[in-house]
This record gives sequence, C-alpha cells and structure tokens, in this order.
Amino acid sequence: MPIRTAYTAKIEYLQILDEEGKLDASLTAPGTPGILTDQQVLHLYQRMIECRQLDEIAFKLQRSGRMHTYPQNKGQEACALGSGFAMRAGVDWIVPCYRENAAMFMHGVPMASVLLYWSGDERGNHFPPGVQVTPIAVPIGTQMLHATGIAWAAKMRREDRVVITYFGDGATSEGDFHEAMNFATVFNVPCIFFCQNNQWAISVPRESQMASETIAQKGLAYGAQVQQVDGNDLFAVYKAVYDARERARAGGGVTLIECITYRLADHTTADDARRYRDQNEVEAWRSKDPMIRVRLYLESKGLWDAGKQKAEQERAEVMVKEVVDKVLNWPAPKREEMFDHLYAEMPALLRQQRDSWATHSLGMGREAGLQSGSAAGSHQHA
Amino acid sequence: MPTMQRPDLAKHLPSFTPTGEGRQLQFREALREAMSEEMRRDDRIFLMGEEVAYYNGAYKISQGMLDEFGPRRIIDTPISENGFAGLAVGAAMYGLRPIIEFMSWSFSLVAADQLLNNVPKMLYMSGGQWGCPVVFRGNNGAGGQLGSTHSWTVEAMYANVPGLKIAIPSNPYDAKGLLKTAIVDDDPVFFMESERMLSDKGHVPAEEYYIPFGKAHLRRQGSDVTLVSFGRPVNFCIEAAGELAKEGIEADMLDMRTVRPLDIQSIAESVKKTGRIVVVDQCWPFASIASEVVTQVCEKAFDYLDHQPIRVNTEDVPTPYAKGLEAEYLPHKGKIVRAVKASLHRL
Repeated sequence: MPIRTAYTAKIEYLQILDEEGKLDASLTAPGTPGILTDQQVLHLYQRMIECRQLDEIAFKLQRSGRMHTYPQNKGQEACALGSGFAMRAGVDWIVPCYRENAAMFMHGVPMASVLLYWSGDERGNHFPPGVQVTPIAVPIGTQMLHATGIAWAAKMRREDRVVITYFGDGATSEGDFHEAMNFATVFNVPCIFFCQNNQWAISVPRESQMASETIAQKGLAYGAQVQQVDGNDLFAVYKAVYDARERARAGGGVTLIECITYRLADHTTADDARRYRDQNEVEAWRSKDPMIRVRLYLESKGLWDAGKQKAEQERAEVMVKEVVDKVLNWPAPKREEMFDHLYAEMPALLRQQRDSWATHSLGMGREAGLQSGSAAGSHQHA
Repeated sequence: MPTMQRPDLAKHLPSFTPTGEGRQLQFREALREAMSEEMRRDDRIFLMGEEVAYYNGAYKISQGMLDEFGPRRIIDTPISENGFAGLAVGAAMYGLRPIIEFMSWSFSLVAADQLLNNVPKMLYMSGGQWGCPVVFRGNNGAGGQLGSTHSWTVEAMYANVPGLKIAIPSNPYDAKGLLKTAIVDDDPVFFMESERMLSDKGHVPAEEYYIPFGKAHLRRQGSDVTLVSFGRPVNFCIEAAGELAKEGIEADMLDMRTVRPLDIQSIAESVKKTGRIVVVDQCWPFASIASEVVTQVCEKAFDYLDHQPIRVNTEDVPTPYAKGLEAEYLPHKGKIVRAVKASLHRL
C-alpha cells in the first residue's frame, strides 16, 4: 500500500451558553463534571462587573494623565474568569501575560497591585506571600516557557499542581510558544496553554498573523490535547479548563485551549483601534459580549434583575474607587530604591553607586581618594 | 519547599599548586565533581541540557551523572536553547536550582530573550519577589576550527547587562571552586568554560572549597607590569610571564576569575605598584571586558600610569575557520610578550 493516511485530526468547538443566555441541555446533564452551579455563576458575574468597572476607570485615569498605559480586558472577561475559577487557588499556578486580570484577582493578587503596576511601578508585581501567580509578562510569549518550567518542577517534585499560562493569538507566532509546547508535551507536564484569540494582535488581524485555520490545531502538531472554545461563554471556558486540569492531574499532560473571543477595546490605551478595525465588526461582537449572556441566564433563572444590577454596579464603583484612591496615593519610590532587588545581596560597587549622587565614574573617582564636587575641581585636589 | 543549609563560603581556601603536585583532575572532572557534590547536598539541583544524560555530555562533563542521580535530575532536552533557558526560569520560580548546560555559549544567542530579558531582571521586575538562581554553563570562545558561528566569546556582550554574575575559570582548581560558588549563589550565574581546556589537568584538592566571586587571584608577582586576564588566555599570560622573566621583566599576573563582579581594586593596586597594564582578553576589542578594565584603571589609577594601557584582544574579525588563521586571531604568548615590551618601551 504505497499511500496510507498517517494522521487525521479534528478540532472541536465548545459552546454551552449561547448568545441568548440559553444553556445546552445535552452538555449540562446532571452529573456532568465541570458545570458551573448557579451560585458560582452569580459569584462570577459579580466579579465580571468589578473587572469591567476597573477597565472603565483605568481608561479614564489614563486619559486624564494619572495612569500609564493600560490594556483593557473588556469583552474577554469570560476567558479570565472561567479559566481562573477552574484552577485551584493556592495549589495551582497562574502564569499570566496581561489581559486576564480576573484570573489574577481570583488567585490572590490584589486589584491595587495590578493597578499600581500599570501606573508604572514594579512594586505592583510583588504579590502577597503564598500567591502562586507570576508577574505580569509584557514581552510576548516568554511566560509560556516559565509555565512549562514550573509545571516540570511540580512534576519533578511529585506535587499535585497544575499550571495555566495565558497568551494571545499573536503570541503563537513567537518561537517561545512552539518551544514551550514542544517541551511541555515531550516532558508531559501538567500545563494548560490558554490562548485568548481575540482576533487582533494590536493592528494585525488573525489572518495576517497565521495561515492556519485554527490555533488549536497547532497543539496537535506537538501531541497536546486541544479544544476550541467560545471564549465569551463562561460555562464553556470553565468546562474546558476544568477538564484540562483534571486530565493534567491524572498524568494526561498538556492541553491547548483556543478561546474565540474579541477585544472590544483598544489593544492598550496607547492604541486607537478605530484606525484599523471595521466598526461593523466591532458592533457584531458587542452583541456577543460575555456579560450580556450571563446576565440573561441569571435573569432567566430569577436570580438577577435591574435592581440587583444597579446595586451591584454601585458596589463595584465604590470598591474600585477605594482601590484607585489607594494606588494614586501610593508613595512614589525613592531614588535609591532604583538599586534594590537587582541582586539577592547588593554588591559593594552597586551600593557605592547608590550612595553617590554623582555619575558612576565620578563616584569611582571619589572612592579612589578624590574630593567630591565637579570632576575638574576634584582632580586638582588629587 | 525546604531551604537547604548553605555551605560555609568563607571557609579557608586550600592552597593552589599549579605545578602538578597533589590530586590531579581534568578540568571536566573538576566541573563534574563540583556539580555532583552540590547535587548530593541539595536535591533541588538538577542538570539539564542537550546530550547531558544518556550520551554523558557532548564533552563528557556529565559522565556518569545519570547513573548516580537518575533521569529526574539529569535531563536531556530537545535542541531548543531558548526553550530550556526559559524552562529553567520557571523551575527556579518554583524553588528548584537549575544548572543549564549550553553545548556552546555560541548557541545561547537564540536564547537571548530569556537570558538577558528575563533571567537578570526577574527579581528586579517583580519588586524582589522572584529570584532566578540558575547556573548557565558551557563552552565559550574559539574551540579549535569550529568556524565563526560556533566560536563565540559572549562575556563582553552579556556582562553589559546588570543582574548577572559571570565566572570564567582558567584551570581545574578554579573550575571546581567557582562552579560550587555559582551553584549555591542566589543570583543567576553565567559560567564560561572552554573546550580547549577540558582535558587540562591540574591540582584539585580533595577537601571541599568555594572560591569567592569578585576576588582576583594573583598568579605571579612582579613589579614591572600588571598582566590581567581571565579564562583560557590566563594560561598564555603565565607562559608569557615566564618568558619575560628570562629577560628580567617581572609581571604581576592577575587571574580575574569573575568578570562580573570585577575585582578592579586588586587591578588598581597592582597598577599603582607597576605603572603599566596589559589586559589580555579573547573577546573582540570593541567594548570588551579589556576595554572596561582599562576604563576603570584610568578612573582609579590614572596618575600612576607610566604608559597608556594596552589591550591584547582577538583581531576584530569573525573567528577564522583555517587553523593557522584561528591561532593568529586569538591572543597568544607572542602577542602578550610584545605588548608587555611595548609598555616598557623595550620593543
């Protein structure tokens, strides 16, 4: 037989909660693992309102010059919430990039930390003890390798932990994605690669970024389990990550999850997407907003109404305002703090540099026995 | 994860005998012994790299380590330097202590984003939360007709980046003592070996020792000129100093052992005594470690100089493939002798 089929594959797309807020009965039959309860949905919807509120305020702060660049999460909240909720806080690891605030909050990162970081302060990346969330990673794709290393370490230590790492559609063009997927599958580590395919890598649309039909299929090339998911469907995202987590715990290794979603806002506050995106496209995705369908679902269950929405919105506004006030009043770092945390123990030369107000070389000169003051002046004393 | 007891780094160093006495080990054996001793002490340490396990290392540095430590701690990787460099960062975040072997530092260039953009900054960018105690080690410099792409000398480029430590041993004694210090260090250490030295034999005491970073080793004493080098060219300096002594020229020969931190204090003190300095460095001359040494000597001991500082670097061309050209491209005894004589106006 000269020709045989060496490999065939299919990519499954999962949607559980549709745009009208209706749950698929066949996928949610009693006893199905990984299906959110109504109380959980209620809890997550409240977090969604908070995150959306944070986005709105951070955007306004940036526009009024009180916040550095900020990447809005708007439209992608189901991705962060569904996935973050499926991971075990304090047990599993979250390895983020920068558009999954809700997952970080759920795993113990204070909202103030994230806001502090985006206001241009690295102290915002220092999380409370015990929080297993790595720093916000702004180079594209590097964190996927760190996630693989963390998962490998957990496996090596025989500890029951799973790692999830976040990235966008654009990051799959980086070598780091491919090297991380290859390592993770070859070493069969408990790691979930969670791609938020929001269709746009800043101004580059998905079809200019890659020629493949899906991102999920890239995982097949590495021998990973793959799943394409409606990323605006809280139920589907939770279910996919829950299943991937359980599979990883059982030794089933790596899953690549591609969430089909949409960046309703600009890439960051430094961007204006109106210049390159068709507004009709944006409008079409607005109707698929993850919040709308969760609200419809809760309303259909009698768990939500306009009054509750108003009250919850007000609560979120107060809560975010408190965080904003705290961050805006955060004492600015002192000059000498620039030298902290470069080495585990500060080297003598760096200490000397820190303690000198002169330039590095002038500092050295003074140390060599010259008088302080201008270079020319001090030289005469030498 | 438990924190292991730190060994006493301040312990007295056993004496260094370069003359072939005492227990003799190859450079590669000294490296292996350093890794194995530390791995026995601390089960968080693992060795990862291309061919390190079943093949016993491309240069047999890890010979036998798979048998002793097993496949969970001696790990072969896909050919993916950026991959295992990044993986080490993650493993370190988890609390492990990775040793990463690059078959050659030339191949580390594809891992530059992890090595330079993540490793040295992780602690800094996380406000002090996530350190990166990883040792990256491997062959550095021209290995003997490997061609330009495989003959990189990376220390000058990498040393420009704050947050790193760079150790470059010149002999088996230093290889062991510096590598042990590198492994227990809480910061990332780039450790640079040379395949041209791996079979070199030297005295490695049986007792355990750690060589401190940032302290140069005065290999020879003299008052006519200061010779500064690190890594393989130290051996050329020793040869050159021997030849110069026959003509009555006595050199202070400083083996820097680490270039970051750089023991500029010892260099400056020596220059204050000799008034002349020749720096020998197997990197290209432009913005090299030698350039940095000369700059700092000018800052610290300018008024003591009786001759302008002289650098002996490689020629400013890619490493030639041809045998004779490669030899002439590198610093060697003849060039060093000439440079010293020039500094003494005795050419």
